[in-house]
Amino acid sequence: MEPRAPDEPLVSVSDLTVRFSRTGQTIQAVNGVSFDLAPGEVLGVLGESGSGKSVTLRAMLRILPAHRSSVTGTIRVAGRDVLALSGAELEDYRGGTVSMIFQEPMLSFDPVFTIGQQIAESVRRHMKVDQQAARARALEMLDRVQIPSAKRRLDAYPHEMSGGMRQRAMIALALACKPKLLLADEPTTALDATVQIQILLLLRELQREFGMSVIFVTHDVGVAIEVADRIAVMYAGRIVETGSVREVIRTPRHPYTQGLLSSTVRGELRGQRIEAIPGSPPDLAAMPPGCAFAPRCKHARDECLRAVPGAVDVGGGHEARCVLLKLAA
Amino acid sequence: MLLYLVRRLLYVIPIGLAVSAICFSLVFLAPGDPLSAVLPADASLELIEKLKADYGFDRPIPVQFGKWVARAVQGDLGISIATGRPVNSELARAISNTFVLAFFACSFGFTLGLVLGFIAGYWNGTWLDKVVTSLAVAGVSVPHYWLGMVLVIIFSVFFNWLPATGMGAGGSSEWAWDWEHLQFVILPAVTLSVIPTAIITRTVRALVADILSREFVTALIAKGLSDRGVFWHVVKNAAPTALAVMGIQLGYLLGGSILVETVFAWPGTGFLLSVAIFQRDLPLLQGTILFLALFFVFLNLLVDMVQTLLDPRIRRT
Repeated sequence: MEPRAPDEPLVSVSDLTVRFSRTGQTIQAVNGVSFDLAPGEVLGVLGESGSGKSVTLRAMLRILPAHRSSVTGTIRVAGRDVLALSGAELEDYRGGTVSMIFQEPMLSFDPVFTIGQQIAESVRRHMKVDQQAARARALEMLDRVQIPSAKRRLDAYPHEMSGGMRQRAMIALALACKPKLLLADEPTTALDATVQIQILLLLRELQREFGMSVIFVTHDVGVAIEVADRIAVMYAGRIVETGSVREVIRTPRHPYTQGLLSSTVRGELRGQRIEAIPGSPPDLAAMPPGCAFAPRCKHARDECLRAVPGAVDVGGGHEARCVLLKLAA
Repeated sequence: MLLYLVRRLLYVIPIGLAVSAICFSLVFLAPGDPLSAVLPADASLELIEKLKADYGFDRPIPVQFGKWVARAVQGDLGISIATGRPVNSELARAISNTFVLAFFACSFGFTLGLVLGFIAGYWNGTWLDKVVTSLAVAGVSVPHYWLGMVLVIIFSVFFNWLPATGMGAGGSSEWAWDWEHLQFVILPAVTLSVIPTAIITRTVRALVADILSREFVTALIAKGLSDRGVFWHVVKNAAPTALAVMGIQLGYLLGGSILVETVFAWPGTGFLLSVAIFQRDLPLLQGTILFLALFFVFLNLLVDMVQTLLDPRIRRT
């Protein structure tokens, strides 16, 4: 590993761009995303379907289909240039330095291997221990994620467990090799509400205990508030606003964030109509040259259509990409 | 599992009875008299009646069936009318010959089918996949008696590399593991293996492509497994279905192919069946069909067992 200055962030992504090409069409899924993440920090990435949040995560773990996608920009994690990794180094990085939990725990376990085998497989791969030690570690992790009668569950197949249980097992698998960074791709979306809360609390607890950084992708504002220290709002493959949870939720500066927050059901809005954002997100195969949100924005002006607005810092690391802020400044 | 095994074995009894009733009665639907083939044209009426009584053909069909089943259960399938030898010994020799042929056809076809299927599935959508898929379509479409004859024309007639028919020099039907005998098996085995190869290729290709597109494969890569590590997962996921298909193909191959064995004059069960049909040799015909049908039932049972062992989602009590 390369030496790393103590004040260097754990994760540093700059100008990340992901394009998918399909029969003559190029889809710009991620358009120049940049962010830093400190050790132990939890970043909530908020956005709707197709905003590029999952693709960003997958690009960071290098698990996008290689022949159909092109990833440019730089991703540095724990001092390593992720896009330059290959072979055994890349395999060590995946699951060792950074691991991921997926949206659908049923679909992300191999159905013909037991939970214990699948956790042990990862442990053996990264910790270089024998089968017995790996199994012991798997048991320890199942206990750690509060799976009842963990010893018995070790030999259970994924289809023999409930959704919440499977997601706990997925977390056990992801954390078994003590990663520095956890990527969580909507890990609670497929679960019912009561189980969601339990999983969120568990994740929060384990994050503190392991001291790891987490990037938590969700479309649910409430979930993002619950788990994150900082929020990044994505729209059409760009981060349009970022800042601490308190700042972004209390004083959203980007019209999209404002629209997103006002279209979320909250207690005080009972009986009122929810204010929805008109229109729909842009076609990622034909991105407008200017602000991608402009066609749906009630504050839009000519300037918005000309070029993508730069990020404006409104204080305390709270940034948004909107021309209105530049005018105000 | 044990209970399931016992229950499945018990199922074999009614299936076997039904199968034997069908194959016993079907041959009576066909026109022609079994005895006319062995009797001279000018045989006297008494002689015909005496022979009929000897073979029991004068009894009502249900009685004949009952007697046949009673003896079949004890392992006696009667006497071949055409040769006068017990059906059992005729059948035993034919089965061992067909097994030899099927062994080579399977070894060749299954290996090739699995390899091609994995290649096409892994490189799904590329030119490699397209070539393999076209070959597989051609493989299932080509009539194998025609292919057999073409191979004979090329390798026996034109190049004179391999013998055209039989399974040994001088019409011998004794098998031995040497080149003298091996050269006889090559053409029929290759011919016979074409369809199973193509079917297995297509099945495995579809399986592998489907498995590779699933989320859990991404999750396996995400936890740092190498390509070889992922491959093992793909194999274990594909195995139950691939095995089931191979089991059925094995059943077809072991049943012997009437057409291929006839084209190559290979003295196996298929050849035996065609001889029995043309000579109206009822005991031989019934015995052979019964054996093949029961064998198929047994093979399906075996495939089910192996599948249950491999795939934990198939839980049987």
